[in-house]
Amino acid sequence: MKSELLMPALSPTMEHGTLAKWLVSIGDHVSAGDILAEIETDKTTMEVDAHEDGTIVELLVAEGATDIPVNSAIAILEVEGTAVTTSETPRPVSPVAKAETAPIPPTAVTITEPEFTGETEKTTLRIALRDAMAEEMRRDESVFLMGEEVAEYQGAYKISQGLLEEFGARRVVDTPITEHGFTGLGVGAAFAGLRPIVEFMTFNFAMQAIDQIINSAAKTLYMSGGQMGCPIVFRGPNGAAARVAAQHSQDYAAWYAQVPGLKVVQPYSASDAKGLLKSAIRDPNPVIFLENEILYGHEFDVPRDKDFTVPIGKARIWQEGSDVTLVSFGIGMSHSLQAASLLADAGISAEVIDLRSLRPMDTETVITSVKKTNRCVTVEEGWPVCSIGSYLSSVIMQEAFDWLDAPVINCTGKDVPMPYAANLETLALITPQEIFEAARTVTYR
Amino acid sequence: MTDRKSRNKKPARRKPRVNKDELFAHFRTMLLIRRFEEKAGQLYGMGEIGGFCHLYIGQEAVVTGLEAIAEDGDKRITAYRDHGHMLACGMHPNGVMAELTGRSGGYSRGKGGSMHMFSKERNFYGGHGIVGAQVPIGTGLAFADKYRENSHVTFTYFGDGAANQGQIYESFNMASLWKLPVIFVIENNQYAMGTSTQRASSTPEFYTRGTAFEIPGEMADGMDVLEVKQAGARAAAHCRAGKGPFILELLTYRYRGHSMSDPAKYRTREEVQKVRGEHDPIDMVRARLLGLSGVTEDDVKKVDAEVRTIVNEAAEFARSSPEPEAHELYTDICR
Repeated sequence: MKSELLMPALSPTMEHGTLAKWLVSIGDHVSAGDILAEIETDKTTMEVDAHEDGTIVELLVAEGATDIPVNSAIAILEVEGTAVTTSETPRPVSPVAKAETAPIPPTAVTITEPEFTGETEKTTLRIALRDAMAEEMRRDESVFLMGEEVAEYQGAYKISQGLLEEFGARRVVDTPITEHGFTGLGVGAAFAGLRPIVEFMTFNFAMQAIDQIINSAAKTLYMSGGQMGCPIVFRGPNGAAARVAAQHSQDYAAWYAQVPGLKVVQPYSASDAKGLLKSAIRDPNPVIFLENEILYGHEFDVPRDKDFTVPIGKARIWQEGSDVTLVSFGIGMSHSLQAASLLADAGISAEVIDLRSLRPMDTETVITSVKKTNRCVTVEEGWPVCSIGSYLSSVIMQEAFDWLDAPVINCTGKDVPMPYAANLETLALITPQEIFEAARTVTYR
Repeated sequence: MTDRKSRNKKPARRKPRVNKDELFAHFRTMLLIRRFEEKAGQLYGMGEIGGFCHLYIGQEAVVTGLEAIAEDGDKRITAYRDHGHMLACGMHPNGVMAELTGRSGGYSRGKGGSMHMFSKERNFYGGHGIVGAQVPIGTGLAFADKYRENSHVTFTYFGDGAANQGQIYESFNMASLWKLPVIFVIENNQYAMGTSTQRASSTPEFYTRGTAFEIPGEMADGMDVLEVKQAGARAAAHCRAGKGPFILELLTYRYRGHSMSDPAKYRTREEVQKVRGEHDPIDMVRARLLGLSGVTEDDVKKVDAEVRTIVNEAAEFARSSPEPEAHELYTDICR
């Protein structure tokens, strides 16, 4: 009986992979647990092992082949013993393979930073973030990176790949899994004049350290009458990944945006990721730098210029429009741009604004836009109560009340802990369709 | 306290040598702290100082002894019972007292208060209001010194209450792992607010709490300034030699309540009186001084008079310094 070996998903967000190396040949006998091949993604490298005893009769994918879809057959195994037909073998279903749960692909249109006119290259957010750190570490000896698995493992999400090699263990520091302690340590190092970049494997784990972030990092400049600054960057993935349930799927944008003494940014594009991270590292204040795991692999045009930075506190108009203003940030931009495209098909012209910075927040750009379109929909992945959207709504009400032709609608994640089940997770997350419907509601069309 | 002393792992190895000038300097520093705190208590009672105010009276020998062996460039950080630390490291009494009264002449221009004062100039990194939070931060100050490859040490002070916190052990682990030059100074005054160490700590020997991390520890009588100094010198030598952190448990006692609003129901008045009468850090030094040839009662009284003048000036400054201007509400939030 023949059994197919399938391309495994190595992470909740993996869609494709590379077959780096075959460790078996046709005719080899393998036992369950034997290592058959090495698989790579842009995030990680892992081994594939045999699930049953048998003989390799066919290798369907050549060594070095890239972009192999998850769940496609990579080899055929002749299995010994009782016959179990291939069709009865349960086939693992990758969450990302299902259309309804698939992460939203980046919009086909990538717009280069409008204020930038130089040469660009296609770069993923992952590489853009790495390059930003490396460039700043070359520029300033006091900048160092610390966090869990940032050095020898090359980053849990491969953001710090190659940094240990270039900068050594003094400046790329693997920490124990003790967020409370190493966050406080980073704050102390910053008080002493170093410029730490503290990576949280995800911002969910930063809750263990939130006292140090808020009480120690954010408030000390004020409490010291301006003497003791804290030049530190806290960065890592924020918000929902895919199928990792409630404790690993939370958007903290609104939490941190509330705190005076912090700066908070959440980039969508790779150019903003790079430009904002460089600005964050140079900033003399504590900066919360919120990333998104799903966006890490997405490519955008990024300026080649090493001095390219993006100012903190400035929104970016991605698309001009006249009928409705869509305001978002981070992964919400991906949904908003898709919604804008659906709206265009329906004859509605949407202006799409990426806030990029949540504190300070460029409400002026939003107000100017709303005065033009007279309608607004806010979009974010986080929960609805005391959200970024509810704050924006209050600002719009106070500053553009007479221009509004409809109440502002806040599209948010649902007011529930993130469920695990694929169908429920889809229901909990914000979708382009919901944004589309909200825009139709405020435009009465 | 005497039973705890008998368990001291490494008692002072020899009788400290007594140098008259040094002894006078310690006497003066301790007396300055005590008179300053008495004045602060008085101003609190008059409503000139608000909020929380944690007095250091009784514990003066701890910071005085350790500051005596600190070198230029060494750093210090503590929690909220911090007035003594600031005076001992050379911060001006006027600026400290004016911060207590919330005036523009204070170290934080009135925006920090009793628990939140800093001095870049004196390498005093606060002044922290959250129990235990200063310990990872102090470890990070030491990380910066190690990063810069200098020989400075950081004195990271905390109490017996904070010693049971999780972040302390996270700090111990990293400090030992990375051989950071930090002295963890546990000021064991035997009460975490109103809870005695016996009621809060599974093991009372805090200096042994680093054993699991291979951090050496030592306990000393925190009421005896010369013993503190000797123990501190050993700890600092260990750190400066690149051997990593050291834990110093100093047995001490606070005479006043945890803060100004303390019902004092958790210990007897007799217990306090006994320490005051028999083991007061300032009385012990005064007796030593008077035992030296050529030192008279007048010499000692002169120091007291001098200190009282400084404290009265500080109080005067703190009451006359203007409140911060309204626009200060929005300054120093971000640089």
